[in-house]
Amino acid sequence: MRTLKAVDVVIVGGGWTGLLMAKELATRTALEVVVLERGPARKSSDYGADMDEVDYGIHNKLMHSPALLTVTHRHSMKDRAAPIRQYGSFKPGTGTGGAGEHWGGNADRYLPEFFTLKTHLLEKHGKLPEDLQVADWGFNWDQIENDLWRAEQLIGVSGKAGNIKGKIIEGGNTFEGWRSHEFPTPPPKKTWAGEQFRKATLDMGLHPYPQPSANLSTDYTNPDGISRPGCAYCGYCSGYACMIGARAQPTNTLMPILRRRSNFSIRNGACVRRILHRDGKATAVTYMDEHGEEITQPAGIVILAAWSTHNVRLLMLSKIGDQYDPVTNKGLLGRNLTHQVITSARAYLVLKEAMNAFMSNSGLGYRISDYDGSFGIKSSDGILRGGTFNGAVLSASMPINSFGRIPPELAPRNWGAKWKAEAVRLHDHVIGGCGFRGDHLSWRQNFMDLDPVYTDAYGDPLLRMTLDWTEHEIRQLEFGERVGMQMTESLARVTGAKLYMRPAAAPLRPQQLAAPAGRRYNASDYNTTHIQGGAIMGSSPGSSVLNPWMQHWQLSNLWVVGSSAFPQNSSGNPTTTVLGTTYRAADALIDRYLKHPGALA
Amino acid sequence: MNRRDFLTIPAQGVSAAVISALGASLIEAQDKSAQERYLKVPLRFFTAKQAAIIEAACERIMPTDESGPGAKEAGVVIYIDRQLAGPYGHDKYRYTKPPFFESVPEHGYQGKENPREIYAKGIETLGDFPSLKPEEQDARLISMEHSLFFQMLRTHTIEGMFCDPLHGGNIGMAGWKMIGFPGPSMSWREEIDKHFGEAFRPAPKSLAQIVGHPVRGMEDEPV
Repeated sequence: MRTLKAVDVVIVGGGWTGLLMAKELATRTALEVVVLERGPARKSSDYGADMDEVDYGIHNKLMHSPALLTVTHRHSMKDRAAPIRQYGSFKPGTGTGGAGEHWGGNADRYLPEFFTLKTHLLEKHGKLPEDLQVADWGFNWDQIENDLWRAEQLIGVSGKAGNIKGKIIEGGNTFEGWRSHEFPTPPPKKTWAGEQFRKATLDMGLHPYPQPSANLSTDYTNPDGISRPGCAYCGYCSGYACMIGARAQPTNTLMPILRRRSNFSIRNGACVRRILHRDGKATAVTYMDEHGEEITQPAGIVILAAWSTHNVRLLMLSKIGDQYDPVTNKGLLGRNLTHQVITSARAYLVLKEAMNAFMSNSGLGYRISDYDGSFGIKSSDGILRGGTFNGAVLSASMPINSFGRIPPELAPRNWGAKWKAEAVRLHDHVIGGCGFRGDHLSWRQNFMDLDPVYTDAYGDPLLRMTLDWTEHEIRQLEFGERVGMQMTESLARVTGAKLYMRPAAAPLRPQQLAAPAGRRYNASDYNTTHIQGGAIMGSSPGSSVLNPWMQHWQLSNLWVVGSSAFPQNSSGNPTTTVLGTTYRAADALIDRYLKHPGALA
Repeated sequence: MNRRDFLTIPAQGVSAAVISALGASLIEAQDKSAQERYLKVPLRFFTAKQAAIIEAACERIMPTDESGPGAKEAGVVIYIDRQLAGPYGHDKYRYTKPPFFESVPEHGYQGKENPREIYAKGIETLGDFPSLKPEEQDARLISMEHSLFFQMLRTHTIEGMFCDPLHGGNIGMAGWKMIGFPGPSMSWREEIDKHFGEAFRPAPKSLAQIVGHPVRGMEDEPV
């Protein structure tokens, strides 16, 4: 047990949010900034030999091992929670760069009304379901747009705008909120499969647009002077680190700047266990270092920037804030737990043509926003929010994970001579039904607290998630599968492919060990890594943990950045908004708090 | 490790790099005119008898036939042997704290047994598998189809068939050649928007060939 000399700022977590906060603080101020990162040091040049499906795609070499720390899950308060023993529905990262090292690069924006969703839905429907806990974030689109643009420039998003300052542009996402600028880089190269999906959806009168992506289409230099090359389409993308730096990762975008700053340091192997606090101020953090020694690091400002569930768990372990209780609806810490609502049309398309799907990246192809938010939703659909669609599961093109993706009716069982012959014949010729990704609204009964049974390597309780789909999400899933099937049928017409139905019992991923689990939240099958909420922001200390600048309402020198602060979960992937809100928090901290330390609201 | 168990595989088509990666040694034929030469591959987890049982079972899952090479030819059992000897086999990637209880299917595998233990029991159930006729072998596998052991064996067979050769399977890149997968490449930038509607099937290269030096897999990390 050692206590170190105090530093100005300590940041917990060395991923996108922690290192962006560090970059802003270390370049705009003279403060001494220390980042504590649980995992190993990583740098871009480590990634020359990571094109290996077994170590990275299957054994999750870049992820945080659940052996050290996981979460538990139960569907309702009546159920017994079980630990997530091997990764299933999400995959948190570890090491310098965090999950930002293995993300897929999808760089969507949320719809404008998403930041004021409670107000929006009340205006639209008059009355909301009793247990719905969607909330306003405390700022609106006009106040966050420039920060989203800064985020897009930082990572160099490739795409085509559909709405520049109100001017609608065909070929871009015409449903998006106004944006101040065209994307920093143009859309990526076209693929055969992507073009078929584009034709199929244009035939339906829909508006396909290129998926915005942080996998650069061309060489690009960002406003910080960081240059990165265009994507090589090697196909080893989501789940792998980019060996050439075409995909924005904290190690290639932020660390090159931070390494030059003498007021910045990062300590790897530092697992933070508590935030110490006294008289309404955070005073220090305690952590186990790489040698297993317990260290106390005093600091003037503490910034929590770990992955979403870890931010919430650290607040709980440190006894900062009152635990939320869904029975009494009291307490704020742990509420608004959300994931994303993901499904795909229950179909297989057997194509005549080969796709050459080994050439790809995780952000290729087109997306459809005609049913996003409340666009295109009829009252008979029975849902408050829809989602976006894309052209099937194309990125799962690595040979182990995709071999045997054939309609089950073509072989008596999923092994043996007949199955092998069909799987070999149809390899690279079969895609699943079109995919759906919907908003996940926050409900009273979905929340996080500390597990009373299971602990981590140090004996601290794991975080427990109580989470299930409500009737609303089940209707969203049905909607996604129904509309996705219309797109899949159109894709069959355009390509002349044969359409097969996928039985409910057939797993989407041919090598999935656990059976598909129907309409309950399935912690054993990959969804997305976008678990959100638990320490939400808002404009009132009576209904949120953080103020609209991500400053803790009670501890003014504690900031909690990342999507743990998001009151509801969007169809759009979060990274752009995570980075945008981090810029907003950094500005408030540097331009306002440092001049007049204290509560900003 | 003081093990003397080996798997014997044909040397035909096995590159020097793979022989080195497998730690294999060439068996010099007594009869110098013999066409077939063999490699002795040291086993890390299985006994020679267990390896023969697993090899025979994998070969029924992924048989050698007119559609292409099967599990035996690709060295799938070597892949599985190495995985079971390494951190994966010892459950180093899984949360293994008690209490264990059978939960809902949405929580995935919740058992206490690690892959080594699951295989050890599964091999007992397979019993005299190599001496059975193919139809009898299939019947035995069908009777175990819903067991966790069989599902793991099936998945591992596919992994061993299509992994990078650095992991011991996919010998001679036989699996990749069969499905037209070219392996890793530094860039497809000049190719991705060509070949629309036609199969583009460059000859495969392994990761070691691409980066120009041997690459060790996580199965070689200490447990």
